[in-house]
Amino acid sequence: MIAFLFFLVFFLVYALIAVYGERKISAFIQDRYGPMEVGYYGILQMIADLLKIIQKEDIIPFAADKRIFKPAPIIVFTAIFAGFAIIPLTSDFMGSEVEAGIFYLLAIVSLDVLGILMVGWGSNNKYALFGAMRAVAQIVSYEIPLGLTVVCVVMISQTLSLQEITYQQGIWWNTIDPDAQNYLFGIKALGIETTAIGGILTWNIFRVPLFLLAFVIFFIASLAESNRTPFDIPIAESELVGGFHTEYSGFRWSLIMLSEYGIMLLVSFLAVVLFLGGWNTPFPNIGSVELATWTSGTPGTFTGHLWGAFWMISKAFTLVFIQIWIRWTFPRLRLDQLMNLSWKYLTPAAIILVLLSALWRMLMI
Amino acid sequence: MANEIQYIFDKDNLKKSEPGKFSTDQLKRDEMIINIGPQHPSTHGVLRLEVISNGEEIVDIAPHMGYLHRCFEKHAESLPYNQTLPFTDRMDYVAAMNNELAFAMGVERMLGIQNNIPKRVEYIRVLVAELNRLASHFIALGTFGMDIGAVSAFFWMIRDREHILRMLEWVSGARMLYNYIWVGGLYYDLPVGFEERCAQFITYLKPKLEELEQVLIQNKIFVERTANIGVLDPQLAINYGVTGPMLRGSGIKYDIRKADGYSVYPEIEFDVPVGKGEMGTIGDCWDRTSVRMQECYESVKIIEQCLTQLTGDHKRTRSFDPRAAVPKKIRPKAQELYVRAENPKGETGFYFRADGRSDIPFRCKARGASFMNLSVISALAKGSLVADLIAIFGSIDIVLGEVDR
Repeated sequence: MIAFLFFLVFFLVYALIAVYGERKISAFIQDRYGPMEVGYYGILQMIADLLKIIQKEDIIPFAADKRIFKPAPIIVFTAIFAGFAIIPLTSDFMGSEVEAGIFYLLAIVSLDVLGILMVGWGSNNKYALFGAMRAVAQIVSYEIPLGLTVVCVVMISQTLSLQEITYQQGIWWNTIDPDAQNYLFGIKALGIETTAIGGILTWNIFRVPLFLLAFVIFFIASLAESNRTPFDIPIAESELVGGFHTEYSGFRWSLIMLSEYGIMLLVSFLAVVLFLGGWNTPFPNIGSVELATWTSGTPGTFTGHLWGAFWMISKAFTLVFIQIWIRWTFPRLRLDQLMNLSWKYLTPAAIILVLLSALWRMLMI
Repeated sequence: MANEIQYIFDKDNLKKSEPGKFSTDQLKRDEMIINIGPQHPSTHGVLRLEVISNGEEIVDIAPHMGYLHRCFEKHAESLPYNQTLPFTDRMDYVAAMNNELAFAMGVERMLGIQNNIPKRVEYIRVLVAELNRLASHFIALGTFGMDIGAVSAFFWMIRDREHILRMLEWVSGARMLYNYIWVGGLYYDLPVGFEERCAQFITYLKPKLEELEQVLIQNKIFVERTANIGVLDPQLAINYGVTGPMLRGSGIKYDIRKADGYSVYPEIEFDVPVGKGEMGTIGDCWDRTSVRMQECYESVKIIEQCLTQLTGDHKRTRSFDPRAAVPKKIRPKAQELYVRAENPKGETGFYFRADGRSDIPFRCKARGASFMNLSVISALAKGSLVADLIAIFGSIDIVLGEVDR
């Protein structure tokens, strides 16, 4: 219950920050100021926007299929929000300790597609239908490279639980598994044990250097999952006006926008947990200079929560920042080029990575 | 019954006034009619494209125009020449100076005073026209980037265009619709200090152009989206009367500034960039965009040469009066005359017919380059994807004010 309330509030606050950040960052990239009027440096702009959106009329087109049109944004939002249930924000704060966490996450996020299809179909608008069809084609095909890179991590970590994957990437692995040992690059034969050193050396991208590639594939696929540029063809405003949510207004529209920003954060959280050490600190223990211990607090205590949440959120926000940065730099791909990228490049590369990860796992034993 | 409206009812009349070219009966399986515009983010105004699409593929397309029609030609037939001049600004409103130049040149030729115009006036005309060409190309490149999805480039271009608009505002008092070039002269001389500020602007602009070229034009995704898309082969281009950067993008080295050598262009050195098919086929969207980009560099060259002339041989003097050659009465002899000039979009032409008895032209026809260029879209976009249609449309670079006039 606490986790539910926390994540709900966190989600809303994050959305405000992210929209403000998006507008400010895009403004700086484009040599503008962005919002400057409401509050100091436009900080309160998003609150003003929120008030405006809530006051807007909820327009339902006469020709829309109302039974589909009305609940569709709620399904989109629920699917995304339910994903946060298994994100380990700190060492023992998460909505639900699901053993098959990643499996649940991939399944529940796929429900998002259903919601988008309902949004597009229910609107009874040609542009919305175009957008929805593009979104479904895109999300379904990018789930494959995304899933394959997740499989790589699962094979190395030997678990589906996100919390356990995170524990493996830091100095506290021994607290849940006394026999566990981490080695540099995961190779036992090298004989350099890093269990107590922790920090960036035990993050998955360092434990298995192959994962740097997997991370890139995951990140590209996650951009497509969250419909961000250069893969924003479902909401390409120069082609499809507003994409699948053309007909929506007011609160229903804001729910769709909210889930759009939500999925950006969700995939960033997932990337952080899978590759970038989750709530673990990036600083290693170097001899008596115990940077890792100083900056991570003991699991279960107040400082542990504080440091964990700090690292987790700041890493995720960095990834969100990169997503925003990419959006305001690149043009968008065409539908067929998008499919080419997924099926001809990312998927084969991910399959090869799965095989290589299996080999690496053998080196690790 | 002269003041009664005569109207013969005919059933076909209603059909003629129907807004659509296509009807739902002619659709095959899986096809649908989509209206892109008149209110659509990437039609650059109020153009309506009626599209039959089969999923993402475009089967047929018909552009509908007339939403911005302001009766330029009728206005011109009821106003004296000098009063028509501000209306030419409203044709291609992002390159108003170029329209004025063409119109003023035409009237001067009809009066036979084209050789009386002082050199300084001509250089100033070319200077402001080239500045405006830059501004127009910035809009073209920026909005094309936006159509492809790169929003930032658009804002960069708007930023640089703003400097030009401010300078032209300083010159003429208006930001977009200047009425600066008059028949036989100019509204005023350049303001004091303009040459220096213009030179400063050129120094500022050069690295910005290179930056744009790296970020947008050479961008891998941009190239993927535009190379081999919407290939306009030279024959088709000539048949459709396509001119300007679109024609040069198809590899034909035809620039009226060189071909006609009007004003002081023969005294100025500049190249005519043509599409070479560097990234794909000659005449694709990338070539057209690249030609516009190269033309920006050429315009910068022309501006630099104008500035050297304006601060050197044809320096500002106290006694110089830009209105010295402005005729007090414009009444050309009975004649017909077609005048043309290189607008950023293509060939802008005015056809005059004067009866020799009045100050008002009997007929004034304007040729809008965008109108001709737009007509080629159904030939280019048939069979492509919806996303390509937007790219092709953006690469044509139309201004609706010039399409409808």
